[in-house]
Amino acid sequence: MSYHQADYDVRLIQEMKGRTDFSLPPVEEGFVPEELRRASLNIPNLEENEVVRHYTNLSQMNFGVDNGFYPLGSCTMKYNPKYADVLASLPTVTDVHPAEDEEGVQGSLRLMYELERALAAISGMDAVSLQPAAGAHGEFTGMLIAKAYHDSIGEKRTEVIIPDAAHGTNPASAAMAGFDVIEIPSSPEGRVDLRALESAVSPRTAALMLTNPNTLGIFEKDILKMAETVHGAGGLLYYDGANLNAVMGRTNPGVMDFDIMHFNLHKTFATPHGGGGPGAGPVGVKAFLEPFLPSPRIVLTDGAYRFEERPRSIGKVRSFHGNFAVLVRAYAYILRCGSDGLKAASEGAVLNANYLRKRLAPKYDMPFGELRKHEFVVSAKRIKEERGISALDISKRLLDHGTMAPTIYFPSLVEEALMIEPTETESMETLDRFADIMLHIADEDPEVVKDAPHNTSVRRVDEVHAAKELVLSHLRLRRRLGGDLAAMKADGDAKNCSFCATLIGTEKK
Amino acid sequence: MTDERMLKRLGIGSVEELFSDIPSSVRTDGIGIPPGMSEMEVIREVTDMLSANVTAYDRPCFMGGGVYRRFIPSAVKAIVSRSEFVTSYTPYQAEISQGMLQALFEYQSYIAELTGMEAVNSSNYDAANALGEAATMCYRVNRRRKFLIPQVISCDKRSTLRNYVSGAGMEIVEYAHDPRTGEADMEDLKRKADDDVSGVYVEVPNFLGVMDRQAAEMKAAIGDALLVVGADPISLGILKAPGDYGADIVIGEGQSLGSPMNFGGPMLGLFGCRQELVRKMPGRVIGLTRDAEGKRAFCMTLQTREQHIRRSKATSNICTNEALMAVAAAAYLAIVGRDGLRSVARSNMASARKLRDALASVKGVECPVLDAPFFNELPARLPIRPEKMSKVLMRKSIIGGIPLAKHVPEMGDCMLFAATEMTTDREIEMLVEAMEVVS
Repeated sequence: MSYHQADYDVRLIQEMKGRTDFSLPPVEEGFVPEELRRASLNIPNLEENEVVRHYTNLSQMNFGVDNGFYPLGSCTMKYNPKYADVLASLPTVTDVHPAEDEEGVQGSLRLMYELERALAAISGMDAVSLQPAAGAHGEFTGMLIAKAYHDSIGEKRTEVIIPDAAHGTNPASAAMAGFDVIEIPSSPEGRVDLRALESAVSPRTAALMLTNPNTLGIFEKDILKMAETVHGAGGLLYYDGANLNAVMGRTNPGVMDFDIMHFNLHKTFATPHGGGGPGAGPVGVKAFLEPFLPSPRIVLTDGAYRFEERPRSIGKVRSFHGNFAVLVRAYAYILRCGSDGLKAASEGAVLNANYLRKRLAPKYDMPFGELRKHEFVVSAKRIKEERGISALDISKRLLDHGTMAPTIYFPSLVEEALMIEPTETESMETLDRFADIMLHIADEDPEVVKDAPHNTSVRRVDEVHAAKELVLSHLRLRRRLGGDLAAMKADGDAKNCSFCATLIGTEKK
Repeated sequence: MTDERMLKRLGIGSVEELFSDIPSSVRTDGIGIPPGMSEMEVIREVTDMLSANVTAYDRPCFMGGGVYRRFIPSAVKAIVSRSEFVTSYTPYQAEISQGMLQALFEYQSYIAELTGMEAVNSSNYDAANALGEAATMCYRVNRRRKFLIPQVISCDKRSTLRNYVSGAGMEIVEYAHDPRTGEADMEDLKRKADDDVSGVYVEVPNFLGVMDRQAAEMKAAIGDALLVVGADPISLGILKAPGDYGADIVIGEGQSLGSPMNFGGPMLGLFGCRQELVRKMPGRVIGLTRDAEGKRAFCMTLQTREQHIRRSKATSNICTNEALMAVAAAAYLAIVGRDGLRSVARSNMASARKLRDALASVKGVECPVLDAPFFNELPARLPIRPEKMSKVLMRKSIIGGIPLAKHVPEMGDCMLFAATEMTTDREIEMLVEAMEVVS
């Protein structure tokens, strides 16, 4: 084990002092109404090089795909190609205002128009809107479209059916759009229970939300029967595109008879996730739902692209036209891969997942059969019973080896779940190394594992304490300490935190 | 390219066998797009395609409405290009993600100082999405169904808001503005602020650029409804923190803080609230805590509000947000500092005053239209259709203002002009010269 994460003494930037070297040409002061005039502003002036050092040091206390293996299940953390960043940094991307007249943004409109068409071809849908900013945002948009459609034919449908293994965003998005969520259980094979589905559908059913392959990595082979059941009751089928990376070129949501879907461009199409975002969550629909897509639509007439408002559109789900810089990256990735490359990407993702699954099989149980698509879920239940090591402990111990941990405790139908998605961009050597570490941990001294991580910039973090104190800002910290700024004075051992010791309860008595 | 070694270890002849569970009834044969191309060709093709765009990089730009051409210190780009930040996922594993977690905590702290809100989340998608989520948050707090918004507001915000409140069955009611000043009509607001009102939204500066001093009296005028303030973060360098005049929730568009315009995305939705309301807040939040050895540490907290735990009972569905833009905002505010932010704000006001005086000198143009103090934007009434003026200016290599018809229909003959610290005297001259020819 040779990994040791950097551990700098980084104070909070709000605790630093200095002088700013930022300047603008001097101007006269304008009139600000007395009632709105600010008396003081408590943010520090700092030298630029101190700021750069601060954030460079912080970046070294972080971990991205560029640092190492990132098998975070359901997140498709594939390598983010650098040409995409180069293109997204062009002034023709960065320095374009979204309200410019159509004549001035023909390049942007053409790229979006072409990307919509490419996504439609990949997914088998008829029309795509690029407006949603993230996967969950796409789900919400899709639910608004379902509602608008049912309203348009005079039906009041109030329920959305969602399998218990679905991503948490599915029920949250459906509820936000005003639907009641009907959860249905999985079968013993880890698929949607068809009987449960049949008894759940009714004249109240607005839609079924589904991801295929599902979160266990299992392909829902009865998808057409499910579609028939839902469509037969007058409901729509919604495809959660989070797992699209498993099936490109071999099947698609269109032939599976889905009506609405979203894409996660930051997953399947390799755009970097930025530590939480930005992403992009375009929505695709079958032709009969196109009138309801967010407005405006981009149309091509007489060789020019322009925006068009549609009377039955749901309207906007955000300002402007989408996360354009992310769209540019995804479009470049699609051009680079092409039809052959995307199909190969899915093949690689599925092969890597099945290979890694096989390597882990000696120590880690995998409920619900053998064959998986792009991800799989193993259970650490037996290891926990025999050795007292939980999925959480294993995930923390993995960090000690300079690898990101899998998604844990999801889906909830697997006890002590570790959800692993290697993606296609990892070599056999990387998979073998990860497997060796996993197998090693299963046999390791339980005390070492339970005490992990040891090699990261901090040791195991007390999440309960964070939730109890709820200090979300330096302002809150100061108020919480009753303005006792002396107690918060920054010192050389900043990370030992004597200045906030009273708060976190480690004050030396 | 399939790694044959892996196939061998799996005991299969081809990767096709791994897809045997996909029934033939849903099989497709390939994808109907062209085959792949080299990196060189991709860069050439996309660069060529985008070259049709008219950019504010080399042209005057007077467009605002929430997104502004701003000066971004070079160091901001250097910081947000660190691939340890760029290529990381949401920091679920806190121990190996302290860098991102601390940077986001610092972002939350900066926005807390600017807004006076102790609880700030680590971003919404943009200001329109933040407004939608603020309205439904008001409903969660007091279970009332009316939400009041100003009549002068961007049409994107109005439309987005309607979509966000539809699920909760909330009703949007607009309060009037004084057409002479662009300020809120306080009598109309008071009339409409009845017991069913959950929250009242006000923007400072408002969509027409007006710094409405009455915002400071609004909390007192709306009973126990919540006050939601939409603030421009640059203006907060010189304007009072909304928390100091009674805001319960503050939202805003954070693109101005170190992110480029990017044709409108990604943006940065600012969202903060009073500490007492934090459990009703949407979005990811980073909290201060300790590690097993008592060192200061950070982690995502209050996840019990979120979709992956609470599912259909979550405060919001938001998962992926705009974290990297939040880091850019922290880096921007760190570099400009207190003095720099004030000077950016002052510079915006000064540029906008020069712009006003120049527009006033153009024959046939009415400017100012409104008799009220303004920040960096102002409407002007034009002698020709503003939509036509946009095209005329575009052909003279000038990105003009925003035609107001879509946003404020009764001002359909007006264009909303913005100036920033980037606006030069020469650019203003060019604008005026171009407009004089048409007027």
